[in-house]
Amino acid sequence: MDRFMWTNGLLEMNETLVIQQRGVRLYDGDDKAKLDVGVVLLSTHRLIWRDQKNHECCICIPLSQIIFFEEQAAGIGKSAKIVVHLHPAPANKEPGPYQHSKFSYIKLSFKEHGQIEFYRRLTEEMTQRRWENTPVSQPITPAGLKAGRTRAVGIVGIERKLEEKRKETDKNISEAFEDLSKLMEKAKEMVELSRSIANKIKDKQGDITEDETIRFKSYLLSMGIANPVTRETHGSGTHYHMQLAKQLGDMLQAPLEERGGMMALTEVYCLVNRARGMELLSPEDMVNACKLFESLKLPLRLRVFDSGVMVVQLQSHSEEEMIASAIDNVSDKGSLTAEEFAKLLGLSVLLAKERLLLAEKMGHLCRDDSVEGLRFYPNLF
Amino acid sequence: MSFEWPWQYNFPPFFTLQPNVDTRQKQLAAWCSLALSYCRHRKLYTMDVLEAQESPMFNNKKIERKLSVEAIQVVFEELRKKGNLEWMDKNKTRCLIMWRRPEEWGKLIYQWVSKNGMVNSVFTLYELSNGEDTESEEFHGLEEWMLLRALQALQAEGKAEIITMDDGKGVKFF
Repeated sequence: MDRFMWTNGLLEMNETLVIQQRGVRLYDGDDKAKLDVGVVLLSTHRLIWRDQKNHECCICIPLSQIIFFEEQAAGIGKSAKIVVHLHPAPANKEPGPYQHSKFSYIKLSFKEHGQIEFYRRLTEEMTQRRWENTPVSQPITPAGLKAGRTRAVGIVGIERKLEEKRKETDKNISEAFEDLSKLMEKAKEMVELSRSIANKIKDKQGDITEDETIRFKSYLLSMGIANPVTRETHGSGTHYHMQLAKQLGDMLQAPLEERGGMMALTEVYCLVNRARGMELLSPEDMVNACKLFESLKLPLRLRVFDSGVMVVQLQSHSEEEMIASAIDNVSDKGSLTAEEFAKLLGLSVLLAKERLLLAEKMGHLCRDDSVEGLRFYPNLF
Repeated sequence: MSFEWPWQYNFPPFFTLQPNVDTRQKQLAAWCSLALSYCRHRKLYTMDVLEAQESPMFNNKKIERKLSVEAIQVVFEELRKKGNLEWMDKNKTRCLIMWRRPEEWGKLIYQWVSKNGMVNSVFTLYELSNGEDTESEEFHGLEEWMLLRALQALQAEGKAEIITMDDGKGVKFF
């Protein structure tokens, strides 16, 4: 019983009431305490007992002082009890009703029942240990009143709370953006790293075998473009598009050769953006870059067919050859539709049709537009 | 005597108006000559576009191709430019077809007249187109409007004069 200390019975700022039960008598160990029947209150931080008649008589123990507790079933003429075992009182304990006690446990005797619910809530509080997360503010002393936090009362209090909330949001936002800028910095570092590796490879060309260089480069490539040209690195407008055009020129050479020297612009767009990974290109930027192929003397050309279909083709990819192959194929078969021609060459139907139309435009083929579809014939006229 | 179709008639693209300018020109030239020789063969003087589309001239049943109405109008327009055709209405649905132009007919008639030494004599139009003397000539059986056109062409050259007579028209050659 000597662990108890006097209290005014008010809850502290962060403290909340969990449950209260009337008709509880306290036992100092096995002996009835010299106190009357009272109300026992369980808060998130403390176990409080208050005399039912004399409200001034109010005592408490912090929950942190409880070691464990157990139920004691009711018997004949005996109320159900909860036995609470306690740590010894700290030296600087506030005064309480008992100075000394030979017992290190107390009992709560429930005259008016409610012990089952109380026991359950106590168990909950003891496992949650909420007092640890939100320590109660220091007992209010005259000094504490001046220096301590101001209580939020009235409109001023509400305003103050709003202000606090705003500040917190501000902080959260700026923290979030800080993360983003950090990410950007890291990305820049990664780009730097890959560039330096690329440079090193260039320098060590002699030391490393050709094979290894190629292999390493292919690794870099498979990860994407090591150093994509972006608006950030190359500004805006023509300069950006020029650099972009150069990069496209480098990376499209191989795929174009694989595909017979010509790719539809949409296909190019997909391929390029897949290689770039994060720094995606807009269709507009790509078209603008492609338009610069010729003025930059790159071996690629953007070609716009009469139908409006745009393709990127190798400069070496000669039109005459294309037309000749179309004529040969059509003459061989007598007549061809774009679909049949596409199948023959392994091209997309769109490109096959463009070739046929081109040959027609040059006067080598003529068309038969019937219900069966558009067929191309050698021009016999 | 059956009509001899040109080779293009069995070539499917012939029935699609070609977008290529050069090709189209050749195609139209072939159509024009086909249309004129067909009309001459069948002695056709007027044509209706819709009817023409169903006639064998523009409809090859064997290869299941026929020229569209628009294309037929293009062909006819081409013929008009060459002086072989005249529209009879604004909507261009009917036309007069002249497989010989009036001047050509006039020339033929005048040749016949001078060959037979009948310059300075007067003929009725009926005599010219249906008379016994002209039976072996090409202009025999020529429709009157066509004959009149031919003579008007000659008159413009000063080689003939059309005279109005009691029961019709006559002509005097110079």
